[in-house]
Amino acid sequence: MNNEVKKSFFNSTFKWIAISFTCFAMFVLLVLIISLGITGAARLGLDFLLNLPSRKPEQAGIYTAWIGSLWVLITTLLVAFPVGVGAGIYLEEYSKKNWLTNMIEINISNLAGVPSIIYGLLGLELFVRYMGLGQSILAGSLTLALLILPVIIVSTREAIKTVPNTIREASYALGASKWQTISMSVIPGSFGGILTGIILALSRAIGETAPLIVTGALTYVPFIPKSIFDSYTVLPIQIFNWTSRPQQGFVINAAAAIIVLLVLTFLMNAVAIYLRNRWQKQVRW
Amino acid sequence: MKKVTTAFIALLFLAACNGGKTNTVESSETKSLKGVISIDGSSTLFPLSEALAEDFRTTHTDVQITVGESGTGGGFKKFSRGELDISNASRTIKASEDSACKANGIEYIELAICSDGMAIVVHPENTFASTITVSELKTMWEPEAQGKVKLWSDVNSAWPKEELHLFGAGTQSGTYDYFTEAINGKAKASRGDYTASEDDNVLVQGIARDKLALGYFGLAYYETNKDKLKLVAIDNGNGAVLPSITTVQDGTYQPLSRPLFMYINMKALSRPEVVMFIEYCLNNANKIAAEVGYVPLPDNMMALVKQKFVARKSGSAIMGKNTVGMKLVDIISAQ
Repeated sequence: MNNEVKKSFFNSTFKWIAISFTCFAMFVLLVLIISLGITGAARLGLDFLLNLPSRKPEQAGIYTAWIGSLWVLITTLLVAFPVGVGAGIYLEEYSKKNWLTNMIEINISNLAGVPSIIYGLLGLELFVRYMGLGQSILAGSLTLALLILPVIIVSTREAIKTVPNTIREASYALGASKWQTISMSVIPGSFGGILTGIILALSRAIGETAPLIVTGALTYVPFIPKSIFDSYTVLPIQIFNWTSRPQQGFVINAAAAIIVLLVLTFLMNAVAIYLRNRWQKQVRW
Repeated sequence: MKKVTTAFIALLFLAACNGGKTNTVESSETKSLKGVISIDGSSTLFPLSEALAEDFRTTHTDVQITVGESGTGGGFKKFSRGELDISNASRTIKASEDSACKANGIEYIELAICSDGMAIVVHPENTFASTITVSELKTMWEPEAQGKVKLWSDVNSAWPKEELHLFGAGTQSGTYDYFTEAINGKAKASRGDYTASEDDNVLVQGIARDKLALGYFGLAYYETNKDKLKLVAIDNGNGAVLPSITTVQDGTYQPLSRPLFMYINMKALSRPEVVMFIEYCLNNANKIAAEVGYVPLPDNMMALVKQKFVARKSGSAIMGKNTVGMKLVDIISAQ
């Protein structure tokens, strides 16, 4: 075999291996979605979205669960967005390279890998007990905000790094101050990336169960929260409860609730992609 | 785009604030009763509490009852901090939990609410296994049995040299925790090479089709599938006993039966809605227990429990005692 033939042989082999791996991943996802669809589709409907939890599977709905999820998500966003983006901007634009910022950087990367239950325990001690927030939406949201902060900080920094230094220099050359440079050049230039990071982080938060169980999300909540200090439940907890029940009807409910959760996650990801494309089009240097 | 985003967010907020209908049944006479009742604790008792809360809600729409399932231990932890009105428990309170309550000035009433029983079943054509001892069950199910105990004769030499097919609860269920603790001595310690399912119907079907099968699940599921299965009597050293509503109620079926409890914070009883709810529970627990798969208390026992509640007798008479082997009548009259 001469060299050229060898090269193209490896080339196509590798290509096919890569394709088959992609297909495998897609296949697994497809099987999951189809089997969920077959099991749960019959239960999906307005009733299912608007009914309260019940011991009778055919009457049980996810009204309080998905609204609880929404409350938690929005509160988490309101906390994590300013803190995460602020920290990212500080680390990338303001901080000087010294051992302290190095330490902070290493720790943030480490935090991104800490299991979520650990955040739950931290939240339980700090927010639920020490700060006396109790088993409220706020306590759960603050915990989730902590959980996704590292992801937001890292993605903010990556997004800011894509803004070429020449832009900053041009801005300074025009007499802009540091804050003006950041707020009018750097942030608009990187906002698509920042938003994508935040929405992906929130997609993770919406599926989290462990830290919320620890910080006191309940299972049976027959009313809609009216403030961030109310008790709540969320979709993944409702799903978990239904899958552990013996009656077949609850398995169907769980599948239907998973479909709702998946649709929510897909929607969020779609919004993320849309926003990123939109912002990238606006930015021209 | 901005408009679309704003509209979308506004829509979400609207839905979150007051979207959709709520399942309220308006009733003028009970409208006066308002408040929040927090329940947490054993996941075993969750279905019962949920059902009671759901039914109570149809007549008392303004009483908001929340039910969590942090487990018996998790429930007591919150209870001893005064975070709960009612703590559900699948065992009695431990001395350490009781002193945690005392340290925080929390007095409680302990009420037995129903019992939980588990059945060991085989295929109806299985003639050799009519009784089984607790140690034989342990030989079958302990973690060390994995891959080794494969034949019926490995458990009891009088049984045939045929394959043993085991069916049991999935690791997520309270049934699994309870069975492993009662038989293997430690919760969640079990062999893994058996057909596991959280769905008791899967277990029923599996055992009904397999002549060499043995499995366990909640007694309620045996009751509805009597014709397809055969019960195995358990010998706990005092002779073989078949599980039934009666033997679970009188506590002679051991160790796979246990009473379930509600612990009520004394301070919460100054609120009329809590008193109403507990009274509702005591009056309806027997009806609902059977519906959600538990064994109701005998009427005379329930009467004792009600008396205890009326007398507001605080503390636990059986604190820390291992109720395995204790008869229900002794447990309840000890209160």
